[in-house]
Amino acid sequence: MLAFVIYKAVLCVIIFAISLGVAAYSTWWERKFASFLQDRVGPNRAGPFGLLQPLADGGKMFFKEEIIPNVSNKFLFILGPCLFMVTACMTSVVIPWGKDFMMGGRNFAFQITDINIGVLYLLGVVSIGVYGIMIGGWASNNKFALLGAIRASSQMISYEIAMGIAVIALIITSGGTLSLHEIVEKQDAGVCNFVYQPLGFLIFFICALAETNRAPFDLAECESELVGGYHTEYSSMKLGLYLFAEYINMFISSAVMAAFYFGGYNFPFAHELYNAMGLQEGSIWISLIGFGAYFTKIVLFICLFMWVRWTLPRFRYDQLMNLGWKVLIPLSLVNLAITTVVAYYFNK
Amino acid sequence: MLGYTITQWLFGILSFLAIMFALMVVFTRNPVNSVLYLVLTFFCIAGHYLVLNAQFLAVVHIVVYAGAIMVLFLFVIMLMNLNEDTEPQKTLISKIIAGCIGGVLLVVLVGSLKGAEQLQLHQAGASQIGLVKNLGKVLFGEFLFPFEIASVLLLAAMVGAIMLGKKEIK
Repeated sequence: MLAFVIYKAVLCVIIFAISLGVAAYSTWWERKFASFLQDRVGPNRAGPFGLLQPLADGGKMFFKEEIIPNVSNKFLFILGPCLFMVTACMTSVVIPWGKDFMMGGRNFAFQITDINIGVLYLLGVVSIGVYGIMIGGWASNNKFALLGAIRASSQMISYEIAMGIAVIALIITSGGTLSLHEIVEKQDAGVCNFVYQPLGFLIFFICALAETNRAPFDLAECESELVGGYHTEYSSMKLGLYLFAEYINMFISSAVMAAFYFGGYNFPFAHELYNAMGLQEGSIWISLIGFGAYFTKIVLFICLFMWVRWTLPRFRYDQLMNLGWKVLIPLSLVNLAITTVVAYYFNK
Repeated sequence: MLGYTITQWLFGILSFLAIMFALMVVFTRNPVNSVLYLVLTFFCIAGHYLVLNAQFLAVVHIVVYAGAIMVLFLFVIMLMNLNEDTEPQKTLISKIIAGCIGGVLLVVLVGSLKGAEQLQLHQAGASQIGLVKNLGKVLFGEFLFPFEIASVLLLAAMVGAIMLGKKEIK
């Protein structure tokens, strides 16, 4: 029992540290990637290749003057970024990072918790994530911040529907399980879910862009219309938390997409590789190699997010709503209908 | 711990929090704070569902009520810019009447709960009914017809809302 608790506590800390580390270096990589696409050099002063830039940014954020508008609701103003950060970190709990491994005759899962409603838990946490933006935007007592918050909430509610329907189709394909661990294990021997659900993946990806408020869906902080959107009034580390949580969200949604549609920690010819290396089933090395493969997929998805951001211009608000309600929702319903019929005839 | 099981402790704490937040919904003067307290109340109720082993209900409760409906409430209140100054002052008479009606409702609710302790759950494996699989089987098997009727009702409400929202009907 004690070993179990210690293991889970250590795993929590490691995953938390990895999320923060990846988010920090995503900010660096985002700027490097943008500079590459725009034929510039990018940050290169702090450390080799500018690698210490995230630390410098973090230090700067902490030492900046903290301004709280005196007509706003102070408690809610502080609560906003905290809530956004907490919900961003909460989603990593159900993600399976690698295969289970045996140590000292015990089975250890490489996942903080494998609840049997993991997928629903993810949707639930995503749906309450919008409160951080709404509370912060309202408590700023600023018209631009309020408009940004309202845009963010309506956008997230609209795209959640299409995302949910795409996930239902995925669950049907993976045999009706809501546990992320089982969804990933189902893709172990065969092909990954992307082959069965290409349209579903496309819908999920677009919705993930919208849910994380990334360009071309970053209307919530559209600087050409709304100054800075919902975080106009924020300064110092509270602004830092908002910006940072966006990168954590991006990391987690990349992890979810890799787990749902691209097999998570499975990769082609994995078993042949393990046999060639002489690894027994349940060895910790299998877990770690799987984690490496998973991490590569996540990094590729993060690059895809950035590529999209620096390639596509921002949508207009009516285009955003039309895309969500008139294109994605009907498409996801068609996808669901086709999946249901095909699954029914295959199982018969 | 004091002769209570952990479930009873959880029930007690969640009930205390739920009632406290529900009272705060009524007593705060700022509408936005009221909505936020209501969201907290919903979270406590979702916790109750978890204690009852109804995981599906708990998560759907959070997704639908806290994640969608209350966001829309907040949306409307923020857009209308309601705050303490615009809150209308009610006269003493309307306060007394509201108190009486609320009290009568409380009596009715307590009265309807009388005798509830003698009720028995007839379904076999009733403690597992809240799990997604079992709930789905019951909803799409035994209770398919009322379930579908409820969905038609929701559709009608949606169509009605769109009709009302249109400026002119062609």
